[in-house]
Amino acid sequence: MTNNEITMEEILGHDVARDLTDDAVLDIAAPLSDKIAFEIRDLDLFYGDFQALKNVNMDIRQNAITTFIGPSGCGKSTLLRCLNRMNDLIESCRIEGSISLYGENIGGNNIDVNMLRKRVGMVFQKPNPFPMSVYDNVAYGPRTHGIRSRAKLDDLVESVLREAVLWDEVKDSLRKSALALSGGQQQRLCIARALAVRPDVLLLDEPTSALDPISTSKIEDLVMRLKSTYTIVMVTHNMQQAVRISDETAFFLLGEVIEMTDTKSLFAMPADRRTEAYITGRFG
Amino acid sequence: MNAIRKPQVRGNRIKELLMKVIFLSAALFSTAAVLIICLFLFARGIPAINEIGWLNFLTGTRWKPSDVPPSFGILPMIVGSVYATGLAIAMGAPVGILAAIFISKFSPPKIRRFINAAVGLMAGIPSVVYGYFGMVVIVPAIGRTFRVSGASLLAAGIMLAIMILPTIIQLSVSAIDAVPATYYEGALAVGATHEQSVFRVVVPAARSGVLSAIILGVGRAIGETMAVTMVIGNQAVMPESLIRGARTMTTNIITEMGYAVDLHYDALIATGVVLFVFILIINFSFSIIKNRGIKYDGS
Repeated sequence: MTNNEITMEEILGHDVARDLTDDAVLDIAAPLSDKIAFEIRDLDLFYGDFQALKNVNMDIRQNAITTFIGPSGCGKSTLLRCLNRMNDLIESCRIEGSISLYGENIGGNNIDVNMLRKRVGMVFQKPNPFPMSVYDNVAYGPRTHGIRSRAKLDDLVESVLREAVLWDEVKDSLRKSALALSGGQQQRLCIARALAVRPDVLLLDEPTSALDPISTSKIEDLVMRLKSTYTIVMVTHNMQQAVRISDETAFFLLGEVIEMTDTKSLFAMPADRRTEAYITGRFG
Repeated sequence: MNAIRKPQVRGNRIKELLMKVIFLSAALFSTAAVLIICLFLFARGIPAINEIGWLNFLTGTRWKPSDVPPSFGILPMIVGSVYATGLAIAMGAPVGILAAIFISKFSPPKIRRFINAAVGLMAGIPSVVYGYFGMVVIVPAIGRTFRVSGASLLAAGIMLAIMILPTIIQLSVSAIDAVPATYYEGALAVGATHEQSVFRVVVPAARSGVLSAIILGVGRAIGETMAVTMVIGNQAVMPESLIRGARTMTTNIITEMGYAVDLHYDALIATGVVLFVFILIINFSFSIIKNRGIKYDGS
């Protein structure tokens, strides 16, 4: 054993490492797809005079889970919101550089932002189901995009609720208010709602930070299951979560991407001293 | 010396007690006012209804206080109030709600400030001024269009629709503004347009607040007196047509209170009792809807 071959157990402690190896769904060693979903080039982002992202260059792989980590205010959520142009809502926000999805530039005025958001779904930090029934929550997206047939909607709702591992819990209460669900169920419902428009990419902005550990692990299982079908980009404050589920990790600091590589290497042998300081808990 | 111990000054204690009494009586004053009005209304109104007979009073279609023997049936006035209020809501609520949606979700800040100021001013216009506007603009317009006198239920309905706009707009705007931004973002995130997000998520989420706004509008319309008196014609007959004159409960009271005596006078107060019961029902449904909103929206 050379010095470089530090085991995950040494880094994370025994419990986490066992979780990692015990979980059959998790297969970090599986070869990653070579296909790139997002290409981010020379991206600068300003809120008024404040520069929130500095010269970001990044490739996000298809059918992989990419996580963004870093201290609060480092720009990771900002970058995530660039990927489906949610930053358009902020008037003072200005973006330079380019982001492309499968080779197509998503910036500029000639892009149908609603179609982009249909392809790039998003789940938020705080579960935000609409104050309507479980069924209507899931059906909202498809209805918006013109699906009216009752039978089609029924099928779609059932299949995405199954995909989101929520069907068994809600199949008898599809007509009840979504707000009556628990926090974890609400978040899985939000994932189902995002999946119902059949996106290519799913953006998750700290999806478990408002949830208890059991709900969190359900969401993590779900996300790992989803990566065979979707490309997943996730912001998290929980480094163990990044280790548990992600294929690639990017570390952000003060608006810069300090390093991005496969998760295992980033946590085992961080190339940059700042990454090492952060993941070993010296700041953040 | 113990620094924590309260200084035992007798004067301070008395002052404190005195202030408590003053605050308490200020708080009790409004409650007392409502109770006294209730008491007065019912003490004079209920015996009058008993004398006329409940059925005769509430379902009688003849209001002839000076006939011998007199008839005191207020059904025409109840129907008149319901019609005028219904018309007002049918016209005022859609306009008010759409205006509120525009103000809250579509207007640039400058226009929003301008409209808000205008709506606020509208709420402050005295009802006699509305009535004057109705008399010189709405009544003649209806008269010319339908070749009638013009003073009618329709005139009162249009008048009231305008008068309840500020109530409906202001309360609906606050209800729509109070919908969490996360609902809007959630809708955008599945590819909905701004319009789809607003109309299919944000506004439905505000529905209990919007419904409360309409109910308060109903309360305002049914209780309005002066402006209605000036445009409705005041014939105490069952309304036959929207473009004919009619009379509401409020206008019944104000038209005859000046010269009524004895049972006639008490019958007018009894009309007030019925109106009061209507208002109670409206307030009750308002609080039920508000509470259901809290349960359902969590807001």
